Amino acid sequence: MSILVDEKTRVVVQGITGRDGAFHTGQMLAYGTKVVGGVTPGKGGQKSEHGLPIFDTMAEAVAATDANTSIIYVPAAFATDAICEAADAGAKLVVCITEGVPVLDMVRVLPYLGERGARLIGPNCPGIISPGKAKVGIMPGSIHAPGRVGVVSRSGTLTYEIVHHLTKAGIGQSTCIGIGGDPVAGTNLLDALELFGADDGTDAVVLIGEIGGSDEEEAAALIARGYPKKVASFIAGRTAPPGKRMGHAGAIVSGGTGTAAEKVAAFKAVGVDVAATPGEIVELVKKILPAKRR
Amino acid sequence: MKIHEADARAVFSKFGLPVPPSTLVATPEDARAAAAELGCPVVVKAQVLVGGRGKAGGVKLAANPDEAAAKAKAILGMDLKGIKVEKVLVAKAVDIAKEFYVGMVVDRRSRKPLMMVSPAGGIDIEEVARTTPEKILKIVIDPAFGVLPFQVRRMSSFLTADKDISKKIGGMLVSLCRAFLGVDASLAEINPLVVTPAGEVWAIDAKINIDDSGLFRQKDAAALRDDSAEDRGEVEAREAGLSFVKLDGSIGCVVNGAGLAMATMDMIKHFGGEPANFLDIGGSSSPEKVLTAMRIILRDRNVKAILINIFGGITRCDDVALGLIEARKHLGVDVPLVVRLTGTNEERGRELLAGTALIPAATMEDGVMKAIAAAQGR
Repeated sequence: MSILVDEKTRVVVQGITGRDGAFHTGQMLAYGTKVVGGVTPGKGGQKSEHGLPIFDTMAEAVAATDANTSIIYVPAAFATDAICEAADAGAKLVVCITEGVPVLDMVRVLPYLGERGARLIGPNCPGIISPGKAKVGIMPGSIHAPGRVGVVSRSGTLTYEIVHHLTKAGIGQSTCIGIGGDPVAGTNLLDALELFGADDGTDAVVLIGEIGGSDEEEAAALIARGYPKKVASFIAGRTAPPGKRMGHAGAIVSGGTGTAAEKVAAFKAVGVDVAATPGEIVELVKKILPAKRR
Repeated sequence: MKIHEADARAVFSKFGLPVPPSTLVATPEDARAAAAELGCPVVVKAQVLVGGRGKAGGVKLAANPDEAAAKAKAILGMDLKGIKVEKVLVAKAVDIAKEFYVGMVVDRRSRKPLMMVSPAGGIDIEEVARTTPEKILKIVIDPAFGVLPFQVRRMSSFLTADKDISKKIGGMLVSLCRAFLGVDASLAEINPLVVTPAGEVWAIDAKINIDDSGLFRQKDAAALRDDSAEDRGEVEAREAGLSFVKLDGSIGCVVNGAGLAMATMDMIKHFGGEPANFLDIGGSSSPEKVLTAMRIILRDRNVKAILINIFGGITRCDDVALGLIEARKHLGVDVPLVVRLTGTNEERGRELLAGTALIPAATMEDGVMKAIAAAQGR
């Protein structure tokens, strides 16, 4: 098993004719993801360079292809519209790779999606992969391996680094989900933990957090209330100076809160080990993973 | 993005908040004229994008135009937390009977805007939150409605029992909410909101931060950017589409991705080194971005070694290699470069770098160890 994406995932690419959209459509197809079409307004009726049908609207795309998932590569100014269009057309999972979407748009988008029963991952995220089943994102497929550890992260390349360590150590993943670096995200650490908690195919969870906000502290509180899976963690930004945005819009220590030290302490207090380096995650996972299930 | 108080006051005025009249000036003579025209007493306030101006001596009261000129002379050119004061705002002073705090942010927990009011105004709200959190009332706002009348009544009656003043403050809360949503703010604060002995209400200070991601549709606000308070490298990096934060250590870092960049700094520190910077070259990076990154880092004379840590996804390792070769050619690189390339096109990247003086590293840890050793001259 896995969460959110698997063999049944049927993907439409919004922005399939753009540079990034076209490139990553090819990568997703090569991984075996069922990409069934693309949307670029004005180019309906044409074929993409991959031979996929292009539609003018998401409604047409969903009607023609029976897609249940959308991935978005359009520029920031059009991303809010694309997210809403996907949900309105009936996509139940919307993955927004685009960076730089206004925070107040996300605030407005989330209830809109909720009313339509759709879930958003991102924006400003690497997407989601269930190794061996489907890749709906921009992560390198080759570093992943099927297995029983769930990975959730606020970062992109740091997740690759950690997943690479896991795979090299023979520890496969059920699903790896990058929730993105923005202050308001469609799916947060807590949401992902709950999904992994209910997944039969996940035995343990690796949580990769970073400075800013209080998602990690709330995750620790959730674990303290009784979480069905064991968790290991890594927190980025121990050396980050206060008041400075560290790349991600959400990665900032403000007013003395959101520090790595607080997050590490919150996890340790509920029995979650925090790795000092990305590589150390392997040892922590080996400790918490049931012996027969690696 | 932070904007100056004078600009934030203009935004507030536009949305109907009562702001005392003021004039922005750059010389003591102009401060004198402004004070005479506005009518005294006036407040002379340093216009710098750092907090705690008052405590640092950047805000002074003047009883007459001559005094305004003298105070302006004292403040102009003053160094406030490393920033030279170039302009002062001369604002008409009002009598203060009561001071309140009113602010608005995007709350990450509820994923909604949040309004906060406190009767403990005029001081640092974070201090109030730490010591007397019961003095802050927080109300989650539905952006489809803005602040609702019942929420306004709750907040204004939390601040004062006086019906007349309560009503006036309620109007200000509605205007603040409109301003916040209207300019894509990430923070808007009136601290303090003042009640005069005569029962008038005024926003005598104004603070607005704009969401960087909203700037593409907030052209007026985007024009208000003042980067004089920022490090030169940070400005240059932003213009090139990079994220850079200067630190005090000796090991420069060039990394793709914010999380990996933070983890690289953390690992340098963990193994006994000191990072000189945070630098994220971003996703779809080009050789030019790498060249700019190297130029910014090499300007820092504390840097004794540079670690390039790339885990290619969108980022292509051959692009990074080409950028490094260009940098060595054009920039006169006189410190050791340690390079770790993993991911998309890594073989091609390694081939390009073979035979150069670059120090290859197999893993992130290997790279960090080699960079620490190189910075220590080993």
